[in-house]
Amino acid sequence: MSVNENKEWKPLIVAFCCNWCSYSGADTAGNNRASYPDNVKIIRVPCSCRINPLFILRAFQRGADGVLVMGCHPGDCHYTTGNYHTRRRMTLLFSMLNYLGVESARTRVEWVSAAEGARFAEVVTDFTKTIEELGENRRLEDLRCKTN
Amino acid sequence: MQRIGVFVCHCGTNIAATVDVKAVAKAMEKEPGVVFSTDYTYMCSEAGQTLVQDSIKKYGLTGVVICSCSPHMHELTFQKAIAKAGLNPYMLEIANIREQCSWVTKDIKVATEKAIVLARAAVAKVVLNSPLTSGTTQVTKRALVIGGGIAGMQTALDIAEAGFKVDLVEKNPSIGGKMAQLDKTFPTLDCASCIVTPKMVDVGQNENIRILSYSEVAEVSGFVGNFDVKIKRKARYVDEDKCTGCGACTEKCPMKKIPNEFNHNLNNRSCIYIPFAQAVPKVATIDPRYCLMLNKGKCGICSKVCQAGAINYKAKDEYIEEKYGAIVVATGYEQIKVDKYDEYAYSQSPDVVTSLEYERLMNAAGPTNGHLLRPSDGKEPKKIVWIQCVGSRETCDPTKGPARGKPYCSKVCCMYTAKQAILTKDHYPDTDLYVFYIDVRTPGKNFDEFYRRAVEQYNVHYIKGQVGKVTPENGKLMVQGSDLLLGEQVHIEADMVVLSAAIEPSPTARPLATMLTTQMDTNDFFTEAHPKLRPVESATAGIFLSGMCQGPKDIPETVAQASAAAAKVIGLLCKKELTNNACVAHPNEMMCNGCSQCQGVCPYGAITYVEKEFRMPDRTTKVRRVAQVNEAVCQGCGACTVTCPSGAMDLRGFSNQEIMAEVDAICQ
Amino acid sequence: MASNYEVTKDEILAISGVNPLKCMQCGKCSGTCPAYDEMEYHPNQFVLMVERGEIDKLMASKSIYKCMSCMACIERCPRQVEPAKLVEAIRLAVIRKQGQNHLIPDDVPAKLDPDLPQQALVSAFRKYTK
Repeated sequence: MSVNENKEWKPLIVAFCCNWCSYSGADTAGNNRASYPDNVKIIRVPCSCRINPLFILRAFQRGADGVLVMGCHPGDCHYTTGNYHTRRRMTLLFSMLNYLGVESARTRVEWVSAAEGARFAEVVTDFTKTIEELGENRRLEDLRCKTN
Repeated sequence: MQRIGVFVCHCGTNIAATVDVKAVAKAMEKEPGVVFSTDYTYMCSEAGQTLVQDSIKKYGLTGVVICSCSPHMHELTFQKAIAKAGLNPYMLEIANIREQCSWVTKDIKVATEKAIVLARAAVAKVVLNSPLTSGTTQVTKRALVIGGGIAGMQTALDIAEAGFKVDLVEKNPSIGGKMAQLDKTFPTLDCASCIVTPKMVDVGQNENIRILSYSEVAEVSGFVGNFDVKIKRKARYVDEDKCTGCGACTEKCPMKKIPNEFNHNLNNRSCIYIPFAQAVPKVATIDPRYCLMLNKGKCGICSKVCQAGAINYKAKDEYIEEKYGAIVVATGYEQIKVDKYDEYAYSQSPDVVTSLEYERLMNAAGPTNGHLLRPSDGKEPKKIVWIQCVGSRETCDPTKGPARGKPYCSKVCCMYTAKQAILTKDHYPDTDLYVFYIDVRTPGKNFDEFYRRAVEQYNVHYIKGQVGKVTPENGKLMVQGSDLLLGEQVHIEADMVVLSAAIEPSPTARPLATMLTTQMDTNDFFTEAHPKLRPVESATAGIFLSGMCQGPKDIPETVAQASAAAAKVIGLLCKKELTNNACVAHPNEMMCNGCSQCQGVCPYGAITYVEKEFRMPDRTTKVRRVAQVNEAVCQGCGACTVTCPSGAMDLRGFSNQEIMAEVDAICQ
Repeated sequence: MASNYEVTKDEILAISGVNPLKCMQCGKCSGTCPAYDEMEYHPNQFVLMVERGEIDKLMASKSIYKCMSCMACIERCPRQVEPAKLVEAIRLAVIRKQGQNHLIPDDVPAKLDPDLPQQALVSAFRKYTK
């Protein structure tokens, strides 16, 4: 079977999910048969603090149109403090994304617990919509050169 | 070169109805490294597992990808299956094409495309997987219990009963804790010391328990199964083995005006003292702050009267070092200081007392021998007012200085107030008792009945409202409060006021938590590993929680938690060895620059730094400081891997390369 | 501002900066209040009534002039609710309406008392008059 042949553009979204909360949240969404866009492909990591900003940049470099970072709600981290590290790192990364040529709206940190299947579907649907509105990723081009 | 097998599961129609499984299997054949790809109705069935095992042998597979349900469902099943066929269990990857694909996507074409991408990512990862083995560590068959109150004693007894050695560390000269100071217990009104002193004796006589009283934990290192603990034994100036507890020294000691902590400073004790009659161990202790011999070099009377020759003025603090397999924290609580509450006049009148002080005033072994007498003039009070929630359920504005109270409910005050009121009425039926409350909280077996008894049988006046101020006037306490139900302000001319002050964790808890690298909440209560499912374990492996140090609770709850903690400890100590998590962090020592960043983010204290000798290309050697991960402690969260500025730290099972490969496979 | 203008709960909350939902009705403010017996609505009821939006009743009540602004309720409230600020806000809302001055200069001579400190008179004008 061929993939995406002669088809119009569909956003490609990579989601990093922590093993304990958001990956289980995605499973819960599945168990509840909540349907959400197929654009989102999940990568399982032990904790959201395992997500190196390089992974996100790599995804953009390779043509991803959006990257979702998902972890446990603050205070609920399986490793007690991992998601706090994530929050800080991602704030820092996002503040530099525009400079790198990626609209910062193409990334998002979301907290989804194992029970929040409906929320998982909601977040993913909403994020996909945002990315569709933003259009195709311009592959790390400097936006400052594009304006005017 | 890896030889990968891909197995696509139909899961009946769960997957096959929306995903073209044959197409997925076919697409995977073209992926680099894949030598075999097939589909089957139920991979997790016996036949499915056999298919995997046979294929491993037949095609000489080095890695396996199963496209099926969530790894949370069957990762372990398949790991075991491939291990039976001789593969390392970590040479398995699962592509979740059920929960995250077939169940959430309706269109067959779209779902099949997504399944192929997910399978491709799994293949890309498994190609880079390397066999992992879990290490094992030995378990020291000895437990340490910190705190000798009812929680610590119960835990120690239960562990000792199971046949393990226990050391019980208590900072005070005697074990017994707060329960030994109480008069009666609610809601049964049985005498606290009648039930706690036999327990203390049991602890003292148990061959497996060593009581380290008048001692404190000084240093903790190591990890689950292998803690190294340094314990400071404060100088008692009395030889514990020689002292018979006869008490001759305490009678002859000339320094008799020292506030008695056991009676909350309501009376005095001598400088050499035995805290209370039933103390365990029953040995005297010299208070070095007041002793004339220690401070001025004259006196020495206790040494002269001691027939056992137990007094040793030259004693010094000693340190002992011991290895433990598990540590139980049972550091208990204190009542908050109420002198910040000017409106209650605690510092102005001795007749305003805290509930624990009142407990001693009622206790037959207390300063008044059980006669309820006002501290100011020694007269029997006729009118007593209790004020609930003093410092409990208070929020604070951090911009306006330090908080006076605590935001939580102290849980036990409603019940002990009812108890104190009932006991007071029992002994002095003609007293008038008032209780100002916000809510009366009585969830517990026979608790509400008990409170209603105070109201209905004993006619204790419960007033819904709070006291605004207490003013000492002519030997009386003028209490002004509100009665919200009547909409009136009430003025009571009371003889005594009892403050149900909030409880707070022991001040020793915070430094201890730092030593143990366990988590605490903002109120300094120890945090349990899971609020529902792991209530007696801390997040740090091998450290368990018992009693009030984890949160406010009454005696039955404390004992239940103490026994639960003991059961967990016994379960741990019974093991021959502990299997470690295989997916742990490991540093590349050649790249590590010794910056210590990873040490700071590790929530488990698993990372240490060592000086290590390296051979340089020119055959010289050089000593460098490099990170070292204790694999028994590391839980594999990966926080250190991202923090490491030189990229030396990586996580087994979720390495940078592996995750990058997944990203690349998805974004193809 | 027209005199028939209705003051809303939101305005009172905005003026006072108080969140009445923080109140747990413990009654410590009422236990503290020195002017309690003079009041129709007591401090704890005051907070509850603002929360329920019964602003009109409070504005018509004499209670708001009985509050001496001693701030004892603010000092002792265990939940930082600050009832006195609500009373102050209601008072302000009343005098902001035209013709609602509580203290009219012509009435002053009759109320004068040799023991009354000048300061009290000045602050009363500040509090009760636009």
